[in-house]
Amino acid sequence: MWRDHLTEIIIFTGLFLLVSAMGFVAARWRAPRDMAHLDEWGLGGRNFGGWITWFLVGGDLYTAYTFVAVPALMFGAGAAGFFAVPYTIVIYPLVFLVLCRLWSVSHRHGFVTPADFVRRRFDSPVLALLVAVTGIVATMPYIALQLVGIEAVLKTMGVTGDTALARHLPIIIAFAILAAYTYQSGLRAPALIAFVKDSLIYVVILVAVLWLPQRLGGWGAIFDAADAKFAASPNPNDGVLLSADNQLQYVTLAFGSALALFLYPHSITGVLASRNRDVIKRNMSALPAYSLLLGLIALLGFMAVAAGVKPLPGAREGTVDSNTVVPVLFDQQFPDWFAGVAYAAIGIGALVPAAIMSIAAANLFTRNIYKEYLKRDATPAQEANVSKITSLVVKVGAVACIVFLDPQFSIDLQLIGGVIILQTLPAVALGLYTRWLHRGALVTGWVAGMGLGMWMLYQIPNAATGRKHFGGSAFPLADFGFDTKKTIYVGIVAVLVNLAVAALVTLALRAAKVADGADGTEPDDYFADEGDPRVTPGAAGDADPAREPVA
Amino acid sequence: MSDPVTPPARSGSDATTTDPTTSSRAKDHSPWNWLLFVPIVVPLIPALFNADSPRFLGFPRFYWLQLAYILLGVATTTLVYQMTKNRGDR
Repeated sequence: MWRDHLTEIIIFTGLFLLVSAMGFVAARWRAPRDMAHLDEWGLGGRNFGGWITWFLVGGDLYTAYTFVAVPALMFGAGAAGFFAVPYTIVIYPLVFLVLCRLWSVSHRHGFVTPADFVRRRFDSPVLALLVAVTGIVATMPYIALQLVGIEAVLKTMGVTGDTALARHLPIIIAFAILAAYTYQSGLRAPALIAFVKDSLIYVVILVAVLWLPQRLGGWGAIFDAADAKFAASPNPNDGVLLSADNQLQYVTLAFGSALALFLYPHSITGVLASRNRDVIKRNMSALPAYSLLLGLIALLGFMAVAAGVKPLPGAREGTVDSNTVVPVLFDQQFPDWFAGVAYAAIGIGALVPAAIMSIAAANLFTRNIYKEYLKRDATPAQEANVSKITSLVVKVGAVACIVFLDPQFSIDLQLIGGVIILQTLPAVALGLYTRWLHRGALVTGWVAGMGLGMWMLYQIPNAATGRKHFGGSAFPLADFGFDTKKTIYVGIVAVLVNLAVAALVTLALRAAKVADGADGTEPDDYFADEGDPRVTPGAAGDADPAREPVA
Repeated sequence: MSDPVTPPARSGSDATTTDPTTSSRAKDHSPWNWLLFVPIVVPLIPALFNADSPRFLGFPRFYWLQLAYILLGVATTTLVYQMTKNRGDR
């Protein structure tokens, strides 16, 4: 019953309203003279310094869903869920140089999306369209998943209803408010809210990892309780350590997810909004603070085991909603007011990435579909306007996904999203270094990687939920004819095939002397920095905010 | 693709300006960058961390060592950043 959780609900609502107000005020924060430009609405003026970028990108990459789903995975499967830690370690050195190049070339040419870059680099609207559509399709379910995070919290607070509409009403209201201030303030809204969100999360998690182990008998006892639980389960692949068969999956999932994360349009939006190359490089050293946080959050899953948490029932009879593990743990172990703060941290934590993702998807639509195919001579003001409206449509779509479809559908789609966004790696990431791959070959490789990835995902059953297809991302190598029980992450296999096909077709097309288009970028573009005199005129110089302290 | 007129045009930016005679390419071609492979490869070798002992503050090695890799990553990116950032100024 919701009455038992009144304190939590009041605190949750209060903090939620506070950040909503901040979202509306954000339009005036570091305000430019002219907001009617995609550089302003969609990239915050391309002028964020170290601290803002740290909060923005951190709030963007480590989403509410991550905070709910990773401990849920630890609770259910043990060590395999800890892949999130190596995943978020290897990503930063991996992108330390790559994203700086993307920032420079985008700064120089005024690119807003990765597809803008591909368009100019490979002189291929088709390839750019593929990259844009891949980005939009991969991002949509990710936005919907943020709602799953909020729902887990609302459910724990007893805010439920008898009909589907009544049950989802709080989420619809929350997203309507989010849509309104994103429409008005653009990327400045999540950037400002991220300060509150991340501060709350840090406080909650620090308290949780200092306070809960004392109540539960210490870290040793927590790990022993988890060990006992997994030893008793019949599943051979769970446990506090990896088994011989899932190590390859663990490593490839961590590496593949890292490659995928910075190809996601919302990560690139966050990076392109920073002021210069130094801001990005310093952040690659500072952002791992969030990885530590994520590692500690993952361990909440084991604390829930030790505390004997029983997840709340799922949507269908006889199932459990494992995403409620952490909210229930907080409800059991914390005083009501602090549980309310923790829930607010998760709820607000959903808003920041949801806003950035919808902005990123809207930018892709505007730049690479609307301007490319519908209205070639669109003015910057029209671009900004189309983006604002698209961001509303995207959010309505995300809410509709959750209200009308099984949330499991969004989770499946997000799983697919990671695999498909990886297929843009050859064009976007390798494209930053070399133009050796032929544009036609990149399209062929994309088709091959996409096809194989889909087929592999389709083959994977999920024993726990009794589903035959799209049951996970761990593909048994036995299905390729190998005599082993080992599994591997689908995305890695698909992107390797993608690369191999692209290389072979490149050789064929070069031999056949097929035209390769003209490169619209120059080698020096990839090192351009703030203040470069060759920067294509844009909104640069409109905003002149005070420099804030750097991270 | 290199444009002979480019170097003079590049001067005139702020403190991060490169000497017009130095190629700005040098910034991204430092041998220090190879160090970045260490925090990419080491966290992806399960043989190093997939064990219970020794425990540290109650954490099995699997957990404390992987959390410690975060420090390895921070140290490496910070070092590479510090060693490469001023190269263009000289």
